[in-house]
Amino acid sequence: MTEENAGGVAKRFLYVNRRAPYGSIYALESLEVVLIGAAFEQDVSLAFLGDGVYQLAKGQDTKGLEVKNFSPTFRALEDYDVTKLYVEKEALEARGLTAADLVVPVEVVDAARMAEIMEAQDVILSF
Amino acid sequence: MKLGILVNEGPYTHQASDSAYQFVKAALAKGHQVCRVFFYHDGVNNGTRLTVPPQDDRNIVKRWSELAAEHKLDLVVCIAAAQRRGLMDKSEAKRHGKDADNLAPGFRISGLGQLIEAGIEADRLVVFGD
Repeated sequence: MTEENAGGVAKRFLYVNRRAPYGSIYALESLEVVLIGAAFEQDVSLAFLGDGVYQLAKGQDTKGLEVKNFSPTFRALEDYDVTKLYVEKEALEARGLTAADLVVPVEVVDAARMAEIMEAQDVILSF
Repeated sequence: MKLGILVNEGPYTHQASDSAYQFVKAALAKGHQVCRVFFYHDGVNNGTRLTVPPQDDRNIVKRWSELAAEHKLDLVVCIAAAQRRGLMDKSEAKRHGKDADNLAPGFRISGLGQLIEAGIEADRLVVFGD
């Protein structure tokens, strides 16, 4: 439990990222909420499920898509004190990825553990 | 119970905004409080006064405006999402040199902080999306 929670102020916010980074705007606009939300000094976690794990994949090249590659922004989250990133183990494995393929350090958890993490939240924003 | 609502999908294209409306209406009827309805992603399109649905169909935008007037609901359209999608009130139109504005009555444009604030203040934040 964080110090803020000890004061009874902060809530536990979990941002659930379920979609690939490009092809729809959900991933980008989810990250925009995380960045704004960071200013509110809540207890923030991010979860990556399904195709959402691709958001963190290294070596993204979006030139051909003519959209901005926003994956470097995940590396800036640490500066916002957003450091709890949970990635679903099954989703990584199904896509032939490991934690070493991701742009930031994460905690890889299985689906059952992910369910426990969700259970422990006050607010879940699913994108 | 104090509820916050997030609507992530546009009207008519997706069930989410219909479900959100029915949920809010039912919650209010049961005596719950709805502290804010926040519109994000294509959900901002719930706030354009320029929709003209067929006469034998529900008018989703008008329905939100009427519910807001009746219950003093706080309907907030995300400014960043709205700018991308061409939703603006009079002052935004002036600021960006646009020749029109289209925000429906009962809605206001504000920042994502309003969503986080709703999450903090409400007992439950209920998300309607895909």
